[in-house]
Amino acid sequence: MNNTLPLAMTVNGVHYEREVEPRTTLVDFLRDSLALTGTHVGCEHGVCGACSVLLNDEPVRSCCMFAIQADGMNITTVEGLSTQRGQMSTLQDAFCEKHALQCGYCTPGMLVSCHALLKDNPKPSPEEVREAISGNLCRCTGYQQIVDAVIYASTAHTAESDAKKASHHVN
Amino acid sequence: MKAAPFDYVLAQDMDEALSLIDQHGPEAKLIAGGQSLVPMMAMRLARPQWLVDINRLSELKQLDMHAKHVLIGAGVRQRDLEFNTQLYQHVPLLKHALSWVGHIQTRNRGTLGGSLVYADPSAELPLSALILNAKIHLQSKNAGAREVLAEDFFLGPMFTAIADNECLSAIEWPIWSGPHIGVAFEETAIRKGDFAMASAACQIQLDRSGVIKRVSFGLGGVDGTPRVFPHLATQMMGQKISDLSMQDIAQAAIQECDPSSDMHASSAYRKHLAQTLLCRATHQAAQMAQGHASTSPH
Repeated sequence: MNNTLPLAMTVNGVHYEREVEPRTTLVDFLRDSLALTGTHVGCEHGVCGACSVLLNDEPVRSCCMFAIQADGMNITTVEGLSTQRGQMSTLQDAFCEKHALQCGYCTPGMLVSCHALLKDNPKPSPEEVREAISGNLCRCTGYQQIVDAVIYASTAHTAESDAKKASHHVN
Repeated sequence: MKAAPFDYVLAQDMDEALSLIDQHGPEAKLIAGGQSLVPMMAMRLARPQWLVDINRLSELKQLDMHAKHVLIGAGVRQRDLEFNTQLYQHVPLLKHALSWVGHIQTRNRGTLGGSLVYADPSAELPLSALILNAKIHLQSKNAGAREVLAEDFFLGPMFTAIADNECLSAIEWPIWSGPHIGVAFEETAIRKGDFAMASAACQIQLDRSGVIKRVSFGLGGVDGTPRVFPHLATQMMGQKISDLSMQDIAQAAIQECDPSSDMHASSAYRKHLAQTLLCRATHQAAQMAQGHASTSPH
């Protein structure tokens, strides 16, 4: 007991190898061992959704699994949602545009859940957005602006502007 | 809070997992999806010295369609079952129940077997297993395999017939054959996906004229285990749903239950809710049975 185990995983495209105590949750590992503090720890028992990350492209709660269980897997955190380093994704821009955050505590989890939704369903209805974030608690916004932001991000207008921004960045 | 220290073993095959839980008894816990166990360990309600990870065992991932039942491995993720159209055709109740189980993020990890062994009184999958009287396959190192019907499996809140050295390996879900089958699952919670204050579900089969040939229904969250009412269901056979007072039948069902009170809902409110939800579920299932010639997805 108390022994550490070797752990290898890819997070946001970067390969990491570390020693980890088996009882370390995935979220604590991401924050404390990899210094990826974008993912927030809320309730630590699977209720609030603030710690949501993508595990092999599927949204999961990183407080409800031990880091060692993710050995060999591919993780995407909120830091990895944008393909352009130093820029925000269309969805992140839409969150700013539509005031979809106030204190920001739930935001990484909201972004990860909504990012996964838009990947599977690029044109969700407001009801589908509400279903997708039903596992994420927000105590500030009343959720309406979050739903607005996801719908806004899913419109062609923002997709075009994002494409322009991306091409500008390359140039 | 954080979990207490433990030793972790990633089981390579079923034999290894069974040997470890046989050797360490109650000091060892199997972990699959972890959506119940990890929070319990974080709150130190569970404090195993050994954690045996069965997530990567291919033996627990099968999904086999047979003529009279579907056999599903205990380690199949809830989210994978949710999108299986073949399963929906054969065991439609399971699909309806799954949409109420936790949230997308928990269903991506949570397994079918995990929900059954944790046996939360308000959980949807144990209620569905009781309504269909699914057969639960258990394995242990020395005694080999045994099967327990759902009606004998759920003994109390978070308490089942499984022994410390056993692993739930698969669940056999009976297929109701023939046309005019309908299902419904109804639930009320503070937030969708949270623990149900009360839930109700029904599977029904009618004949061409709308007479009930077969029916099974139950309630969740209103007693120490989910509850089914086969004696009340028997009374409904041979009658049309429109000729029955579902209010009276639901009233008789909740009289047999003893819901607890908590900060979210009083016992009386839970009873009221369960009665309403059961009436609604029964009528919805009957409507689906009348509106569809078969149980193919809409």
